[in-house]
Amino acid sequence: MKLRYFAWLRTRIGRGEEMLDPPAEVATVAALVAWLATLGPGYAAALAEPKLVRVAVNQDYVGPDHPVRRGDEIALFPPVTGG
Amino acid sequence: MIRVEEPPFDVGAELGAFGRNDIAVGAVASFVGYVRGTEAGAPLVALTLEHYPGMTERQLAAIEAEARTRWPLKDVLVIHRHGRMLPGEPIVLVAVSSAHRQAAFEACQFLMDWLKTKAPFWKLEETAEGTQWVDAKASDDDAADRWRKDAP
Repeated sequence: MKLRYFAWLRTRIGRGEEMLDPPAEVATVAALVAWLATLGPGYAAALAEPKLVRVAVNQDYVGPDHPVRRGDEIALFPPVTGG
Repeated sequence: MIRVEEPPFDVGAELGAFGRNDIAVGAVASFVGYVRGTEAGAPLVALTLEHYPGMTERQLAAIEAEARTRWPLKDVLVIHRHGRMLPGEPIVLVAVSSAHRQAAFEACQFLMDWLKTKAPFWKLEETAEGTQWVDAKASDDDAADRWRKDAP
């Protein structure tokens, strides 16, 4: 699946996007965020406070129980601050 | 119409043209957001807006569609810039036209309140000390919540 990161999640993780192939048991947004946090210190720092992380699957906002599938574009970002 | 673009826009030209081709329009309300020159008392050098191309346009179109279901609007214009901008430059413009003022005023405020909490933009402030991501404000969530259909 394609992961995209924005704002301080991007700078802490150190890249804006990447292709990842999580293990089969990673089936929900919450499980994906928990798995990503194990990938390295940058990921752990970016995801230390899951309640500050917003998630979009295929460009729509979703909650922690939303399923994630191979082929999805999944974006992680902080609360938005535009306008 | 939704426009997400990098260069500065001409506020006067945009507002002058908006709604003028429809004789049924009796009211235009608008909001323009500018880059402030100071933030918490310290001079701001520049502001950079990051966004999520694709999702930004999709969310803004959904917000416009929601406004059109709630108020009898003739037209909607949302221009939101991204990239690096300097103090005094415009960031965002929202304009709505309607037959009467109340729908125009309300829809304009609704569009800004929802845009602030739903459109995927992030502000990075640049001062003499360095750069810092702007934190989201709880007051923006409260402003957006006012428009929930189940709100009291």
